[in-house]
Amino acid sequence: MAEVMLPEKLEISNDTSSLASPELLHVLAVDDSIVDRKFIERLLRVSSCKVTVVDSATRALQYLGLDGENNTVGFEDLKINLIMTDYSMPGMTGYELLKKIKESSAFREIPVVIMSSENILPRIDRCLEEGAEDFLLKPVKLADVKRLRDSLMKAEEKAFNNIIMHKRELEVNDVYSQLKRAKI
Amino acid sequence: MDTLIAQLQKQFRDYTISLYHQGFLDDQFTELKKMQDEFSPDFVAELVTLFFEDCEKLISNMARALDQTGNVDFKLVGSSVHQLKGSSSSVGAKRVKGLCVVFKECCDSQNYEGCVRCLQQVDVEYKSLKAKLQDLFNLEQQIVQAGGRIPQVDI
Repeated sequence: MAEVMLPEKLEISNDTSSLASPELLHVLAVDDSIVDRKFIERLLRVSSCKVTVVDSATRALQYLGLDGENNTVGFEDLKINLIMTDYSMPGMTGYELLKKIKESSAFREIPVVIMSSENILPRIDRCLEEGAEDFLLKPVKLADVKRLRDSLMKAEEKAFNNIIMHKRELEVNDVYSQLKRAKI
Repeated sequence: MDTLIAQLQKQFRDYTISLYHQGFLDDQFTELKKMQDEFSPDFVAELVTLFFEDCEKLISNMARALDQTGNVDFKLVGSSVHQLKGSSSSVGAKRVKGLCVVFKECCDSQNYEGCVRCLQQVDVEYKSLKAKLQDLFNLEQQIVQAGGRIPQVDI
């Protein structure tokens, strides 16, 4: 009788999750206002997020390695789970930053949230059309970040579960074909 | 008879409530307090310090722009007002924020006298808030030094 290779156990590796570390969202926050930077940094910290704050869209692109400069650090090491950017900034606006990120093959999957003190409908529409995850009115609230976090965690969990289901499917199919071959 | 701590705590509570009732602070300030904890007890004080420094800088920019008699760049003034409005909104500085709304309108309509008036008012207002918050933080310090806890004030 032919030997059937059964998997000892289903290997469920936590590394299939793209979270920076279990339960910890790494957020890149972009704002030209020193007051708002300190504010958003604290807001995200108390919401159990790891935070990196920069003061311009240009610096955000530099951090991500998208500024066209020679970048030795591989972007695979940069586990950013969310980008939150102010809309009105001198130089490159948050909207322009959003576009650049969505154009990048490496980072287009990262959700980008736009923050603005102005409730301008055409602006909101434009951002959402360009692929923004959400548009938040400033000042951003603890509840806003919580809602964001929850929906991102849910999306991560769903993606994670899909990967596991797919893995299981492949392994079951594999056993099935072996059994068929062994004519059991 | 009230202990020193109880007296200080009452003072603190009353003063806080009055700042809200007189419109100096709005519920954004309450949000800031929620973001503070025993591991970061100075967050609010640090943030408002940054805010007041920002006020000084922006007001100085506006004054310089308005000083260019006959050649005032109202867009530049408006841009500084916009920034001030944003940061005052982030810290709950209600009166400063309100003045910025009027100020912005004066910039948009290129109303020179209006702008000069608003600039003076904004200057007075942020300094007034700065003094009041300093008093509030002093009260907090006194409570802590007396061995008491800073009460949570529900507005």
